[in-house]
Amino acid sequence: MMLRRTIETRGPPAAEVAGMATPAWRVIVFVLGIVVLATIPFVLKNFYIFQITLAVIYAIAILGLNLLTGFNGQFSLGHSAFYAIGAYTAAIMMDGFDISYIWTLPAAAMVCFVFGFLFGLPALRLENIYLALATFALAIAIPQVLKSSLVEHWTGGVQGISIIKPDAPFGLPLNSDQWLYVYTILVAVVMYVGAHNLVKSRTGRALIAIRDHPIAASAMGINVSLYKSLTFGVSALYTGVAGALGALAISFVAPDSFTFQLAVALFVGLVVGGVASISGTLFGGLFVLFVPNIAEHFSKGLAGAVYGVILLLVIYLMPTGAAGLVRLIVSRLVQQGRASGR
Amino acid sequence: MRMNKRALLTSIAASAVAAAAGPAFAEKKYGPGASDTEIKVGNTMPYSGPASAYGLIGKSIEAYYKKINAEGGVNGRKINFISYDDAYSPPKTVEQVRKLVESDEVLLVFQPLGTPSNSAIHKYMNAKKVPQLFVATGATKWGDPKNFPWTMGWQPNYQSEGRIYAEYLMKNRPQGKIGILFQNDDYGKDYVKGMKDGLGDKAKTMIVSEQPYETSDPTVDSQIINLKSSSADVFFNVTTPKFAAQAIKKAHEIGWTPLHLLNNVSNSVGSVLKPAGLDASKDILSTAYLKDPTDSTWDNDPGKKDWLAFMDKYFPEGDKTSSFTVYGYSVAQTLLQVLKQCGDDLTRENVMKQAASLKDLQLAMALPGIKINTSEKDFFPFEQMQMQKFNGERWELFGPIMSGEVGS
Repeated sequence: MMLRRTIETRGPPAAEVAGMATPAWRVIVFVLGIVVLATIPFVLKNFYIFQITLAVIYAIAILGLNLLTGFNGQFSLGHSAFYAIGAYTAAIMMDGFDISYIWTLPAAAMVCFVFGFLFGLPALRLENIYLALATFALAIAIPQVLKSSLVEHWTGGVQGISIIKPDAPFGLPLNSDQWLYVYTILVAVVMYVGAHNLVKSRTGRALIAIRDHPIAASAMGINVSLYKSLTFGVSALYTGVAGALGALAISFVAPDSFTFQLAVALFVGLVVGGVASISGTLFGGLFVLFVPNIAEHFSKGLAGAVYGVILLLVIYLMPTGAAGLVRLIVSRLVQQGRASGR
Repeated sequence: MRMNKRALLTSIAASAVAAAAGPAFAEKKYGPGASDTEIKVGNTMPYSGPASAYGLIGKSIEAYYKKINAEGGVNGRKINFISYDDAYSPPKTVEQVRKLVESDEVLLVFQPLGTPSNSAIHKYMNAKKVPQLFVATGATKWGDPKNFPWTMGWQPNYQSEGRIYAEYLMKNRPQGKIGILFQNDDYGKDYVKGMKDGLGDKAKTMIVSEQPYETSDPTVDSQIINLKSSSADVFFNVTTPKFAAQAIKKAHEIGWTPLHLLNNVSNSVGSVLKPAGLDASKDILSTAYLKDPTDSTWDNDPGKKDWLAFMDKYFPEGDKTSSFTVYGYSVAQTLLQVLKQCGDDLTRENVMKQAASLKDLQLAMALPGIKINTSEKDFFPFEQMQMQKFNGERWELFGPIMSGEVGS
C-alpha cells in the first residue's frame, strides 16, 4: 500500500541544484523559514497570529500520527483521543489545581505517553485495518467518557472547562496571542528536532524496518512488540502535547471539541503533508486549518463539497503529499543540473 | 449686583454649553462595524457537521436581512450579515468568532448556535466587550448580566419551562406523583431544577422517581419500565427528539398512561410524534411560544401571512413546515428592533443597553400575548409560554399565557 512506497531518507550525495549543493539549499530554506516565523508576530494581526499558532499545533499532532503511521506502519483513526487527553490534562491542571501552564506540557506528555503505551500493548495483536477500527473506537468513546458523571467533577461534563490564556513572562512586551505563538514555536522546534533525531537514529531504523518487513525485523533481533508499543506511546505523547497547546490557544475544552472529525482531520493532514515526512506535517497543519475556510469562502452551502474537490485535487496532483512534491521537484532540478553540466 | 452679574454670566455660559452639548448628543456615534451606510453583524452556525440541520436558522436570518436591505435598511443603513460555519466544533467557533471580531470588525456577534460553542467564546466576548447577543441555546447561564454583561439569550430557557410545568401541576395535579426521565447533562438538569424550584417544598413528596439517561444509551426502555413501576402518574419527559420518540412509544407499549409532559425541545410532530405513533402521542402536553407553521389555526393570521410572503419572495428554497425558519425569522426581527432603538448611536455599549430595554415586543410569529421584555437585570427575552395538547393530529393551545421567570 501507500506505506510501501520507497521513501528516501537521504538525498543523493553531492547533487546540485542551480549550482549549489542540496544540503546548502536545505540550510537556506531553513534559515528563511526561521526569519519568516520570527517576523510573523510583529507584522500580522492578532487573529492571524492565532490562526498560525493553531496550524502549528495541528502540525505537531500530525507529526505524532506520522511517527506512528508513516514511520512505523501502524494505522490510527483515534488520535483525537490523545489530543483530548492532552488538552484535558492541561485544562484540569490549570483550572482545578492552579498549576502554571508551563508544567502542563510535560504532564500532558507523560500522561499521553503512558496511555498510548498501554493502549498500544493489546492493540499489537491487531494489524492494519483492524487496528484502525480499534483506534476508531477510542475516538468515539473519549467524548462520551469525558461527559460521564464519574469524571464530571474534573472535566466539567458537557460544559467543559474555561481556562485563562497565559500572559508573556518576564514583562516581555508581547500580548497573549504573540506570546503563545512564540511559546508554541519553541515547543514545536523541540518536538521537530526530537522527531528528526529519533527517525535518523538506530531506533528510527528499527521502526522503519518493522514497517517494511516485520518478520525480517524480528529476525534481525528487533523486539517488534516493544518497539510498536513504544512508538504508540511516543506518538500519543506528541499529539498530547499538541492537545495541551491547543487548550491554551482556545482557552476552552469541551467534549464536542474532540470528536471523530478531529481524528479524520489529523489523518487528512498526514496524507496531504506526506506520509513518513517530518517537514510535510507543517503543510498538513496549514491544510487542516485553512482549507475548510477557503472552501467556505467559495460557497457556504457547498463548503463540504468544495473541500472534497480541493482534497481530491491535492491527492491527484501530489499523490505523495506536499513533501513528495518537493522531493520530486528537487530531483528534477538535480537531473536538469546534471544534464546541463555535462 | 456684581454677584448677580457673575451669576448671570455663569448661567449664560452654562446654557451655551448645554446648547452646544444638545446637538452633540444627537450626533452620530459609531462603534466598530457601524457607519453611515452599513451595520456589520457577525454570526456562526453549524452549516456542516452533525448539527447542520440548524443551519436553516442562519439561512433564514440572512434571507430576512436581504428583505430589510431591499426595503431600505434600518434607519437608512444596510445590515451586512456575516455568517461563518463552525461545524458545531468549539475550537472552530473560537476561530471564526475571533475572525469576526478582529478581522471583519463586526459591531456585534448575533445568534451563535450551540451551548458548547457559546461557552467557548463566553469569556472572550466579555473580555473584549463585544455583544454576544441572542445566543441560540436555552441554557440558563446566558442571562447573567452581573458577571457577563455582554451576553444575552433569547429563547425561553430550560429552567423557565420547567417552572411552567410545575405551575401547571400545582394547579391541576397537586396530588400527582411525578416520574422524570432526563438527559444527564446541563440541558436535562436545567429542566429538572426548574421543575423542582417551581414545586418548592412539595418537590420532595411529589417527585417519586428520577431516571437519567446518557446520549450514548441505545434506548430508554429500562428507564420507562422503572418509571412505570415507581407508580408515577405524571411523566415529565426531558429528552431530545430520538429519545423522546422512544419514550412515547415504550410507554404506550407497556400500557403506562400517565399525564405526559413533553419538553418543548422535542415537540415536533414530524420528527418525534409521527415516528412514535400519533395514536401513542395523543393527549401529550407540551409548551409553545412561537406559532407552529403547520397549524391551520393561523391561516388567516396577518403575522403568518407576512411570514409566508417573506418565505416565497426571499427564501423560496426554505422549508415552510420547519420551526427553524420561524425561529430564524423571529430572532432576526428581535435584533432589528434593537438596531432601530439604537438610532444613530451604534456603539457596542448602546447595542447592549437597547437589547436590555425591550418593552412588550410582540413578534409577528410569537403566540399572541407572548411578549419580549428585558431590563438591566433581566437578560431573558422570552420567559412566557402557553400550554398545548396533542389531539392525535396536531397541537392545540389551551389555558393562559404562563410565565416561568427564573428567580421569581
